[in-house]
Amino acid sequence: MSSPADTGNLSDVAKGGDGAKSALIFSPKYLQRRSFIELNARERAKTLFDSGTSRELAGPFDRIESPWLAIQGVTPQADDGCIVMRGMIDENQAVVIAFNGAFQGGGIGEVSGAKLTAALDLACRDSENGQPTSAVLLLETGGVRLQEANLGLAAVAEIISSIITLRAHAPVISVIAGPVGCFGGMSLAAGVSSYIVMTREGRLGLNGPEVIEEESGVEEFDASDRALIWSIYGGQQRYNQGLVDALVDDDADQMIKTVQDLIAKGVPKIHRSEQVNHYRSRIAALDPSTQWDAVNFSWSAASLAKPTGRDEAAPGG
Amino acid sequence: MEQFEFNYPAKRKIPKRAHVGVVGSGDLEVLLEPTENGAASVLVRTSLDGFKANWKAVLDRFFGQYDGAVHIEINDAGATPGAVYLRLQQAVEASES
Repeated sequence: MSSPADTGNLSDVAKGGDGAKSALIFSPKYLQRRSFIELNARERAKTLFDSGTSRELAGPFDRIESPWLAIQGVTPQADDGCIVMRGMIDENQAVVIAFNGAFQGGGIGEVSGAKLTAALDLACRDSENGQPTSAVLLLETGGVRLQEANLGLAAVAEIISSIITLRAHAPVISVIAGPVGCFGGMSLAAGVSSYIVMTREGRLGLNGPEVIEEESGVEEFDASDRALIWSIYGGQQRYNQGLVDALVDDDADQMIKTVQDLIAKGVPKIHRSEQVNHYRSRIAALDPSTQWDAVNFSWSAASLAKPTGRDEAAPGG
Repeated sequence: MEQFEFNYPAKRKIPKRAHVGVVGSGDLEVLLEPTENGAASVLVRTSLDGFKANWKAVLDRFFGQYDGAVHIEINDAGATPGAVYLRLQQAVEASES
């Protein structure tokens, strides 16, 4: 196998002269792509908007920070790790809420939860007043912030309620791009959104791998086995399972296009979370007596009936 | 968590405020705002106790080079002195670009 050092002329490689794998790695398209994951949370939010249309709401200089962290010896952040931006996406009104996974693991606290809920509620109000406003959630979060446990849990309930109210008027799109992933209560928030977008680097699940290992032992689930973890929670697996609407590369332009296309698609006729019986039958088909791996955890399309419509048992909205 | 305040003389007005960084492990957040009183002040909040002398040394050196009339707030999650200095320089660059 050739290393980058001895391939000589990169442009020859790009033409496919040295095997398909090298050609992919050294193709100009790959080298010139702009990473979405490497952008910080504020840049990620901003890049989704039409140039010059975005403005930040309740930003760091408004200093709406958590009142609970300092008294527990944790340094707060001026925006509480939650960035709210309003503007136009492909000439449609939109609000983007981005969580900063580097601050408290993107954990939801009283303030960051209230910022997200308020943004969704304002989008809902504008939508009801004849100006449909989509919401894009950039979720890099381990779920509820432990230092604000009860307030965080209450915030997740409000967030889910606000998403379900807004999604009747305009699409709510959850994007899970980076390796922090989306876990805990916020995985439920992603689950009730209109569409979910992931990258292969992203992860989505209710209980994180460390939590399962801590509770049930390393024999049950080895949180240090990255290949296993990504084969269960990773974006590719979630896409194969039909739990995700779009799987994109770590490419900002591709991400922008995907979000624009989903906004253009509008409100889905049936939301994923309304198909209760369909997903319940999928869970029933899983065998928890053996170790799951990437293959047997993937439901094959053939073995399961496709969703036919809104389940009778599903709640309205 | 500890909190310190430092004051420095300043001469120059700066054009705009700037925000850089994140309160993530080994990193910090800097909020830099112009002031009208012709002086500079710094408020540091850090998760690591016992490093006041190090903060003073880094900020003394920084304000030995920088004469902007600013109020700076630092929210720190255990950044090294080198990382602190780079974030301060980044904030200055952002405030003058």
